[in-house]
Amino acid sequence: MQQENNAKKSRRDFIKKLSIVTAGTLALASCNSPGFDEFLQGNFKTLSKKEIDKIIKNLEKKYSTKYGKEFKVSAKPAIDGTLFGYALDLSRCIGCRRCVYACVGENNQSRDPQIHWIEVLQMNKEKGIDFSEANAQYNPDLVPEEGHFYLPTSCQQCRHPQCTTVCPTKATWQEPDGIVVVDYNWCIGCRYCMAACPYGARHFNWAEPNIPDEEINPETHYLGNRPRIKGVVEKCTFCIQRSREGKYPACVEICPVGARKFGNLLDPESEIRYILENKRVLILKSELNTQPKFYYFFGV
Amino acid sequence: MKKISIAIACMLFLMNITMMAQKKNEKVQKVVFNNIDTIKDKAITSPPFSEGIFPCSRCHLNHITNPQKRQLIIHDSISNMFNHDKENRWCLDCHDSKDRNYLRLASGKLLDFRESYKLCGQCHGDKLRDWKVGVHGKRTGKWNGNKQYYLCVNCHNPHSPRFKKLKPLPPPVKQGLRGY
Repeated sequence: MQQENNAKKSRRDFIKKLSIVTAGTLALASCNSPGFDEFLQGNFKTLSKKEIDKIIKNLEKKYSTKYGKEFKVSAKPAIDGTLFGYALDLSRCIGCRRCVYACVGENNQSRDPQIHWIEVLQMNKEKGIDFSEANAQYNPDLVPEEGHFYLPTSCQQCRHPQCTTVCPTKATWQEPDGIVVVDYNWCIGCRYCMAACPYGARHFNWAEPNIPDEEINPETHYLGNRPRIKGVVEKCTFCIQRSREGKYPACVEICPVGARKFGNLLDPESEIRYILENKRVLILKSELNTQPKFYYFFGV
Repeated sequence: MKKISIAIACMLFLMNITMMAQKKNEKVQKVVFNNIDTIKDKAITSPPFSEGIFPCSRCHLNHITNPQKRQLIIHDSISNMFNHDKENRWCLDCHDSKDRNYLRLASGKLLDFRESYKLCGQCHGDKLRDWKVGVHGKRTGKWNGNKQYYLCVNCHNPHSPRFKKLKPLPPPVKQGLRGY
């Protein structure tokens, strides 16, 4: 009797489950096949080389069709023996915002709704670095302005990032070269990371990102500047598509005053190491023990 | 005594040879100037000459040198903007009086315009030191390889060196005002 009951129950369960699976399969089958693959795609860190290659190929095809130009999506891993660091000379920055827009162009940030990975804060010289006195909306005819200095902020690339520890889907993590990245395919848009970041460095796509076709940068990296979708979080990646190719990030190359410095913290001969060893250096919110790899310094 | 005089003669002869060699070297260096610097992995940008202005000798070759401070006629824009320690300097403190295609260090050594940073470094030694290690000034290219160095004069006009103010690009759109 007992056995018969069990058997009945399991048969009912089986039929129930079967109907759910059938409905699900039908729903998914209506998607095209790359979409189906994308839906079933694993966490980027768990994928094999073969799986990554297939995903990259699908993405390149998808983006090329969408934007009408040849796209390159790289999945280049970290270079051995590198730990990227950044230094910004507060005594040189004039607040011209060239970096902000070079970053937007290089990294395919949405124009409308607007996303800026870099925010330049105007500070009062008399108050020093005081975020309650900071103004991001300054717009004079000419910069720098009397009595002010400028502090550009972006992702601080922490050694102890709080954003990654709170992510429920492990869609964001720190790479071996120290870059904190997001897998947009795994991000569920819960924005816990944005709440956890003490620097306001993460940005959410509240709507479908909007970039004019002629302005899109087709040189991309899977973990960086490839086109995003609505409902995912994005952030500065030290221009992962450039830095892993040995190039300086776009903000470094555009800065008209040469205030931005970038290099390998593990190379004792690098500019960045010279700065850390010889200049007056500070990090933001050091009391939080996030240990940023983004340093501010005074060149004079 | 005889031995000593022979030795002295030999020494004089040798000295003469080395001096001649040095003179010859100087001459070669003045013409070629290819070995710009020994800093490794670095290319240096070209100086920002106005179009068609170089070589200076095209006009200056037959000019009589006038070291007096005055309003310049051809280079009027330069004398109008000139404010690089205006009280104490004038053209020939940096430009060679005999060969205008070169700059001249205080020591008398001639410099190619692509080596102008050495001239700047005569007074601004701390800046030159920082520039050489990549702290002052701008570099582009590869963080782990070939870099392009911007010369001092690519950012600072040598006749009016203060960095010029710029128009800032637009501030960010205030979030929350656009219906998102």
